[in-house]
Amino acid sequence: MGRYVIRRLLQMVPVILGTTFLIYVLVWSLPGDPFAAKCGDRPCPPAYIERMTNEYNLDDPLFIQYFKYMANLVTGDFGQTFSGVDIADELISRYPTTAQLALIAIGVEILIGITAGVLAALRRGGFVDNLVLVSTLIVVSIPVFVIGLLAQITFGVQLGWFPVTSDGTFYSLLMPGFVLGSLSLAFVARLMRTNLVENLRADYVRTATAKGLPRKRVIGVHALRNSLIPVITFIGADFGALLGGAIVTEGIFNVPGVGNMIFRGINQHEGATVTAAVTVLVLVFLLVNLLVDLLYAVLDPRIRYD
Amino acid sequence: MTSPLTPAGSTSAPGGVPLPEEELDTERHGAAPGAGDRPRSLASDAWRDLRRSPIFLISAVIIAVLVLMAAVPSLFTNAEPDQCNLQLSRQGPSGSAWFGYDLQGCDVYARTVYGARASILVGVFTTIGVAVLGSIVGMLAGYYGRWADTLLSRLTDIFFGIPLLLGAIIVLATFPSDVGTPSWQTIGKVVLALSILGWTSVARIMRSTVIQVKHADYVQAAKALGGGSRRILLSHILPNAVAPVIVYSTIVLGVFVALEATLSFLGIGLQAPVISWGIAIDQAQTYVRQSPHMLLFPSAFLSVTVLAFIMLGDAVRDAFDPKLR
Repeated sequence: MGRYVIRRLLQMVPVILGTTFLIYVLVWSLPGDPFAAKCGDRPCPPAYIERMTNEYNLDDPLFIQYFKYMANLVTGDFGQTFSGVDIADELISRYPTTAQLALIAIGVEILIGITAGVLAALRRGGFVDNLVLVSTLIVVSIPVFVIGLLAQITFGVQLGWFPVTSDGTFYSLLMPGFVLGSLSLAFVARLMRTNLVENLRADYVRTATAKGLPRKRVIGVHALRNSLIPVITFIGADFGALLGGAIVTEGIFNVPGVGNMIFRGINQHEGATVTAAVTVLVLVFLLVNLLVDLLYAVLDPRIRYD
Repeated sequence: MTSPLTPAGSTSAPGGVPLPEEELDTERHGAAPGAGDRPRSLASDAWRDLRRSPIFLISAVIIAVLVLMAAVPSLFTNAEPDQCNLQLSRQGPSGSAWFGYDLQGCDVYARTVYGARASILVGVFTTIGVAVLGSIVGMLAGYYGRWADTLLSRLTDIFFGIPLLLGAIIVLATFPSDVGTPSWQTIGKVVLALSILGWTSVARIMRSTVIQVKHADYVQAAKALGGGSRRILLSHILPNAVAPVIVYSTIVLGVFVALEATLSFLGIGLQAPVISWGIAIDQAQTYVRQSPHMLLFPSAFLSVTVLAFIMLGDAVRDAFDPKLR
């Protein structure tokens, strides 16, 4: 296990260096004026250009620029918004809300998605199975911002069950959380169904049944645990889509989180704020993936002995 | 096996969603063919299966209508999408305008019909871009192996580390379009942003199939006969390794359509002179309580489009997956 963890950590280093370098080049070093789009609708004031040139060391050669930028990132300095607020401070004050939202969304995915997948797999070809297949197909094809707006009109405005916009309290985060969770709910349900159907046909399940174990134990312990492994990997790999979805959902429901900050940044054409905040999200995504990989090795011993 | 797969590939319009390999109805494909059967190519088998699949036929009809709508929108509506009357602003559906009018008093039906073009263009060109870029990287990595493989695979890992929507936001926030940008440039930027970041899965798929194919006898034979690398790659390996990429491409086309709408909704994808469902939905958002028709019709078209491509992707995957036979 220790060796596996070290190997994964080492593999992570070039990926993090590569992605941050890629983003840095995309934002600051492609041909053209890097300040064309960073100050809202007006051209950038010279003072701002001077400040950013200093901050991002734009007069240095590319690799030195990037090196200094990374040194800043590592020490927690993510740059400043157009109005001069530290992005790190903004992020720190906003991230608990977004984390809560993401947790609700993942909770919804796991609870509803896995239940639906298991029910469908156990009654394969039956009514529930077809219902799950058709409803997941429909949920998948409606983009998350449409689901969000529809939920807002129906449950917020017409039925009045949930607040229309969120103030960051748990109750007001429920509806946005559900909307965000619906993004991957369908994939989780389908993946769970497929895996369970496959595992129910596996030899070890037949052995367990032949030993005389009750069906509940065969399904609940033997088949289910093995079918969960790919689902967990998927939820980890899908975390990036979840973060993207959070930008949309937080924008629609006005949730005071990180996504909303990016949403407003886009609307006000503050390129520097948007790119800095999104870079942080990409780093979070990479770290979450690393954690999921490690968790994967805990769940499935075959992985660490490769 | 050497017969080219392109006939089946080109007859099936693309579509779908990145469903993690789930199976649909295994039963439908019945038993494996007996030993006495005449050998058929994967492509002709897949095409035979597809023609019988109701899901394929339904989605193909919807997509055909959408493509026609994108190509010749005036067939579907007499109204001009950019001739608007402010007096009609936000009027609901009526006999003269089935879908009602939007904020500027433009006919929502006309704008929805004309909006198909941008979505289809972005979807198709991004899919082509992703398939070509990914195939090239994957083929080179898989065929040459060694340091080329190491280098290209690490490069793929790096691009894979940036989630598509987040990456597209970074690129498009850096190179925004405005009202003055010509339409083709606005659309081109979205296509480029999505292609540059979205090719990694194709590359991984292509690499693994090329590694399987390159040790085949006919490739060895072609080498022994003195075939050059380019010839071997293009006329021996590519035709036999392209099927999984075709399947994946049909599956992601719908995703790109949805992503374009999401980016346009955020205000960072397509911009004003281009007519797009995402922009229409963004505008409708503010008036959702008073005039829900502005939201519902573009949303319905967008969802049906994505749904059609997903169903097509499902059908194509089922037809091409030899495991299900």
